[in-house]
Amino acid sequence: MLELQALSRHFGGVKAVDGLDLTVTQGQIFSLIGPNGSGKSTTVNVITGLFAPTSGRVVFRGQDLAALPTHRRLRAGIARTFQNIRLFGQLSVWQNLWVAQNSAEDQARQGFFARWLGGQRGVRAEIAQLLEFSGLAHRQDELAANLAFGEQRRLELARALAARPKLLLLDEPAAGMNSEEIGQLRDRILKLRETGVTILLVEHVMELVMGVADRIAVLNFGQKIAEGTPAEIQAHPAVRKAYLGGDTA
Amino acid sequence: MDFYFGLVQIIGVHTLLGLSAYIVLLTGQVSLAQAGFFAVGAYAAGMLTVLAGWHLVPALGASAVCGAGVACAVGFPALRVKGLMLVIATLAFGEGVRLFFFNFDYQIARGDIKVGPLGGEGFRQIRFFPENGWTTGEVMLFIWLFVAAAMALLWWFDRSRYGSVLRAVGEDELAAQSVGINLTAVKVSAMTVGGAIAGVGGGLYAHYTTHIEHASFNILVATFAIAYPIVGGLRNVFGTVLAVIFVQGFLIEGLRFLGDWRNLLFGALIVLAMNLRPSGFLGARRRA
Repeated sequence: MLELQALSRHFGGVKAVDGLDLTVTQGQIFSLIGPNGSGKSTTVNVITGLFAPTSGRVVFRGQDLAALPTHRRLRAGIARTFQNIRLFGQLSVWQNLWVAQNSAEDQARQGFFARWLGGQRGVRAEIAQLLEFSGLAHRQDELAANLAFGEQRRLELARALAARPKLLLLDEPAAGMNSEEIGQLRDRILKLRETGVTILLVEHVMELVMGVADRIAVLNFGQKIAEGTPAEIQAHPAVRKAYLGGDTA
Repeated sequence: MDFYFGLVQIIGVHTLLGLSAYIVLLTGQVSLAQAGFFAVGAYAAGMLTVLAGWHLVPALGASAVCGAGVACAVGFPALRVKGLMLVIATLAFGEGVRLFFFNFDYQIARGDIKVGPLGGEGFRQIRFFPENGWTTGEVMLFIWLFVAAAMALLWWFDRSRYGSVLRAVGEDELAAQSVGINLTAVKVSAMTVGGAIAGVGGGLYAHYTTHIEHASFNILVATFAIAYPIVGGLRNVFGTVLAVIFVQGFLIEGLRFLGDWRNLLFGALIVLAMNLRPSGFLGARRRA
C-alpha cells in the first residue's frame, strides 16, 4: 500500500528523517512512535508532499509520488489530520466537510457545474453520515472556531474522511485528549479499519497505540530503531531505553 | 438632482471596483492590480464604441473578457508569490498598465477631427451616452444593473461550494491543499472573475466620464479598490457596498463643505472606522 524507501529529509544539518524504510500493507493500522523531534511529523509531511524528500522515494499503490503536488496526492487517496488542529475556523462545521470532498470519485461523479457552483442539496446525505460518525450532527451550523477542543479533533478526522481516503495519516490525534475521549477515538479508528481504510497512526499516547496498532515502528533521531507487533515493541530493549523508559502511560 | 445621480454613478462604478478586489481578497490575496484591469476594460470598451461603432452592451462584454484574460495571465505568475511580494508584484503590473496607456496612440479620423487614445493627452470623445440621448438618471440605472448583476454573481458564489473553497484558501493554504484543493487554480479563477468585474466597471467609467487618461488609473484607484472590501468586511458583498457609500458618499462628497480640512478628516475617519470595526463593517462572524 505505502512504501517508504530510504527516505531522508534534512533541514540544513539536521537529519529530521534519515534513511527510513517502511512498508504499510493494505488494511493495516500501522503506528509510528518515537520521542519528540524524532521525525514522525516530518515523515507525514513528506508523504503528503508538503516537504520534498532530500533523498529516497515514497511509493503509494505502486506509484512513485515524487511528481505529485499535495492536492493530487489527496486525489490519489491519501488524507491526513494535523498535530496542531488546522480547521477552517470561519467556515461552519458543514462547510469544512463540504470543501474537503475532493476524492477522485467525487470529481468523476459530479459535473463541473454541480460540483463548484451547485448548492448543498446533492451532498447532504454523505455529509450527514460523516457528521453522524463524528458525533457532530448537532453542531453542523456552528463555526469551526467555536467548537470545543475535542469536537475540533473529531471534525478534523471527519474532514479527512470526506475525501474517501484509502490511506489515512493521523498525526497525534489523541494529543490533549482525556482518557474517555481517547477511548472514543480508539473505537472510531477500529470502526474505520472495518471499512477497509489503511491507517498510519503517529502518536505519543501509548494507551491508544497499544490498543489499536497491528504493527509499530519506532523512530529516534530520524532513524528506525525497531519494528514489530505491539508485544514485541513493548519488550524491545532499545525501545525501552530510547522512548518508553519510565512513561509507558 | 443630476449631482446626486452623478454621485450614485460614481458609487456604482467604485462598487464594481471594490467587488473585483473582494473576490480576490476572499482567497487571502491583497491585489493592487485591480486598477490595471479597470483601465484595460475602460480603454477596450471606449475603443469599441468610438472607433468600431459598437453598441455599449457588447462592448462591455468585451471589456469583461479583456479584463478576465489579462487577470488570468497576470494571475499565474503573480499568485506564486504571497503577502508583501504579491502587493509589490501587482502594484508593478498596475503601474505597467498605466504607463502603457500613457504611451498608447491609436487615432483615426472621424470627419475633420481625430478620435481615439492619444498617449498622455488621454482618450476623449467617448460620447456613447450623449450621442444616444441617455439622461443622467438612465445612465445611473444602467450602471446599477451591472452592479446588481455582479453582486448577485458573488452572492451565488458565496452560497456554492466554490465560495466556501475560496474562503478555505483564504484561511489556511496549507490545510486547503491538504484537503485536495488546487491552490493555483482557485486563486487564478478568483483573479479572473475579479478581472472581469473590474473590466466592466472600467467600461462603464469610460462612458460616464467621456474622457479617460492614464492618470485615472493610478495607485490611488488601486488603493481604493482594495480598501473597500477591507473597510467593508468579508461577510458578504454588502459590506463592500457600504464601504463605497461611506468613502465616496460621506467622506468625499459629504464632507466637501469642510474645504481643505476634509483631507485631514478623511484619513482620520478611515482609521477610526477600522478601529471601531476591525474586521470591517460586515466582518466575519466572531467567536462566541
